[in-house]
Amino acid sequence: MAKEGSIACYHCGEDCVPTPIPFDSKSFCCSGCRTVYEILSQNGACDYYDLNTSPGIKANSRETGNRYAYLDQEEIRKEILEFSDGGISTVKFFIPGIHCSSCIWLLENLGKLQKGIAQSHVNFAKKEISITFHDDSISLRQLVELLVSVNYIPEISMDNVRKKTKRKVNNSIYFRLGVAGFCFGNIMLFSFPEYLAGGDFIEGVIVTNLRWFNLIFSLPVILYSGNIYIISAWKGIKKNFISIDVPIALGILALFLRSAYEILSNSGPGFMDSLAGLVFFLLIGKWYQGKTYEALSFERDYESYFPVSVTVLNDDGEETIIPLGKIKIGQRILIRNQELIPADGLLVKGEGNLDYSFVSGESNPVNKATGDRIFAGGRQLGSSIEIIVEKEVAQSYLTELWNRETHEKFTNPKITTLISRISKRFTYAVILISTGSAIAWFFIDPSVSINAFTSVLIVACPCALALSMPFAYGNTMRIFGRNGFYLKETQVVEILSNIDTIVFDKTGTLTQNDDFDISWDKLNLDAKERELIMALAKQSTHPVSSAIYKSRTGIINQTVEKFEEIVSQGISGIVEGNTIKLGSSAFVNTNSTAEQNADGNRVFVSFNNELNGYILLKNKYRQGFSNVISLLGRDYDLHVLSGDNEAERERLSEVFGSSKNMFFKQTPHDKLEYVRKLKLKGATVLMVGDGLNDAGALQESDLGVSIADDVYHFSPACDGILDSGRFETLGNFIRFSKTSVKIVKFSILISLLYNITGTTIAAFGLLTPIIAAILMPLSSVTVVVFVTLSTSYLANKRGISKRYSTPK
Amino acid sequence: MGVLILLISFSIVVAVGFLLAFIWSVRTGQYDDEYGDSVRILFKDDKPDPPVSM
Repeated sequence: MAKEGSIACYHCGEDCVPTPIPFDSKSFCCSGCRTVYEILSQNGACDYYDLNTSPGIKANSRETGNRYAYLDQEEIRKEILEFSDGGISTVKFFIPGIHCSSCIWLLENLGKLQKGIAQSHVNFAKKEISITFHDDSISLRQLVELLVSVNYIPEISMDNVRKKTKRKVNNSIYFRLGVAGFCFGNIMLFSFPEYLAGGDFIEGVIVTNLRWFNLIFSLPVILYSGNIYIISAWKGIKKNFISIDVPIALGILALFLRSAYEILSNSGPGFMDSLAGLVFFLLIGKWYQGKTYEALSFERDYESYFPVSVTVLNDDGEETIIPLGKIKIGQRILIRNQELIPADGLLVKGEGNLDYSFVSGESNPVNKATGDRIFAGGRQLGSSIEIIVEKEVAQSYLTELWNRETHEKFTNPKITTLISRISKRFTYAVILISTGSAIAWFFIDPSVSINAFTSVLIVACPCALALSMPFAYGNTMRIFGRNGFYLKETQVVEILSNIDTIVFDKTGTLTQNDDFDISWDKLNLDAKERELIMALAKQSTHPVSSAIYKSRTGIINQTVEKFEEIVSQGISGIVEGNTIKLGSSAFVNTNSTAEQNADGNRVFVSFNNELNGYILLKNKYRQGFSNVISLLGRDYDLHVLSGDNEAERERLSEVFGSSKNMFFKQTPHDKLEYVRKLKLKGATVLMVGDGLNDAGALQESDLGVSIADDVYHFSPACDGILDSGRFETLGNFIRFSKTSVKIVKFSILISLLYNITGTTIAAFGLLTPIIAAILMPLSSVTVVVFVTLSTSYLANKRGISKRYSTPK
Repeated sequence: MGVLILLISFSIVVAVGFLLAFIWSVRTGQYDDEYGDSVRILFKDDKPDPPVSM
């Protein structure tokens, strides 16, 4: 959002730097935003701006060019389309940019912008749009280009395309819950007359008839809603594993069989209300636990990183586009500026300038000459290159690492859940007490024996126990999510509380990708001349240029003539009579032998063709970085694994206190092995990383957290995604996970107290349906209310419950 | 008092109707996107009639 005193862009709301672009008596920050406004206003779609103030996404004015040409390929088109018949097609896209009601309005009124769109529908929760269009009026490629032109860029990757068929919603928990709730309500009503003292109001015949209704309504509860517990318990027992579902299944079966017997033999009212209530409450817990972040993906692998298609050149230099999976060894492929290298290969034409930061963690682009071997995953910056494929996509260095290692994960025996440790003992205790009281009663009064046995099983059913964890961790997960830390599932909270070792990646994890520390030390220039450089940098939107411009202190308004920008090389222009060049050493002075990137990103400077030295840009460490590390250092064993060179060792060891656990030049495989070794030594490891180079280590660790600038964009498979703006609160999250485990332990104590009380009553043969009907819901409600309120209260007290909005 | 049984039977029929309505609403995805529906209803309705699909 715009800072005070500056003008906010009408479209996206960001600062208009350096100067606002006026259009239609409104101000825009860039031509991209202006263009989007223009498109919308021409088509009478300005309602977009009435619904929210500056709802747009900052446009990075990009020409689509041939970027989406592959969508014209029949083969790829077929894979992407959901449905296509008789000139009408339907397609679904994931658009991470969807964030407000204006987005919904615009995307559902796409028809205003372009003819041929019959219908579009947004699913806001999933950030998905489904569009139906007429093939003869608009092609798939035009449709995507239309979305890009208004800056809603759909994510199209191999992974998305393939998942299309697999995506199937599982609604069974809702159906189970609905049926259980329905039966519970009815059974409660039918059971009510039984509880009226004396029963004089109602004729006996009605009460008996109502019991039959109860029996009928209990059938769907046990056969449909509750059967998952019985099935899961049985599966566990077959594998010699006693889960919490075992005592639950015992309780459910005891409840049903005894009640059915009582009703059939007309000897008592049965406990059908308790049975239905039990299953209903348990299912609520299961549903609450299963709620996850729909728009986030925790399962991504290299497939979602790679493009859908590649451009292949035949012997005559003709271009054809083929799906990525069809690449064969020996094919010659064309990689344009900003495109990814999809497979390992040999560079045969052009100058490679490859950004591997996401893959290897190296922060500076790597230069490759003709004849060099290139690994998949790098992004080409600059002019187009041609490579000859040497390995298939799935066999590439990077992807192979991934494919192989996920199968052999070494599981840490220390990670068993609290509940599963308790449930074993609990089950034995229940069986012991129930059999014990059955035997005791057999000698005192045999007629009560079977009654006491089933009563103990019924009342000991650990409903409250089973609910405490879903609600405590579920609520914690939600609190974390509001604060920018998204967990894959509730179980992660408990694992987080158990970790003792934290391994950090450096580039992109500890450092920021888009902000630099700038040092002018290696430049023999005075302040006046620096201003001239900044004036030149102001002209370019390249992140390095804008970083240099941003470091200004005064106002820069020198005019620049003959400005020129050569992609990934540098910029040049004439400022106040001086010809200034800014860029790589090759660009500025071809004779220079100075090393390009030993200690950071060096931007060489020349004045009137004379080399003056260089400006050094280093990736800035994240906000609160040293605080977080020194706080965590007190309680945890900290390690740093970097794919980068040692330039930062000194600075890092100052913060970390020692450089003992710091390793540089680490390949993705090294990182994985390192984490594995730590685990074999008995450590419980939290890995914090960001890129594909950490993917193996994230998988191998007990808990992998990936840091993302935009949580909806690609992040490697992990257990949690941390919004990069919230890095400084990492310690708070870990600390709170411990609190929430303590809350669970305390709630287990409460539920055990209820169980002991109930079991005592039952063992003496005194359990009546009304006591069961009161005790069971009472204990569940107490536990659920206790864990939910206490997690929310404590989170609030520690200041981590406030809603944190992800910057768009 | 036999009328009670009759009434209860009717009420069950009605209740089953609601259960079926619930199952239908889940099945047709009416809970999939609560935010979207909540704002969509407030949009000005100036859409032309949807073109007839062939």
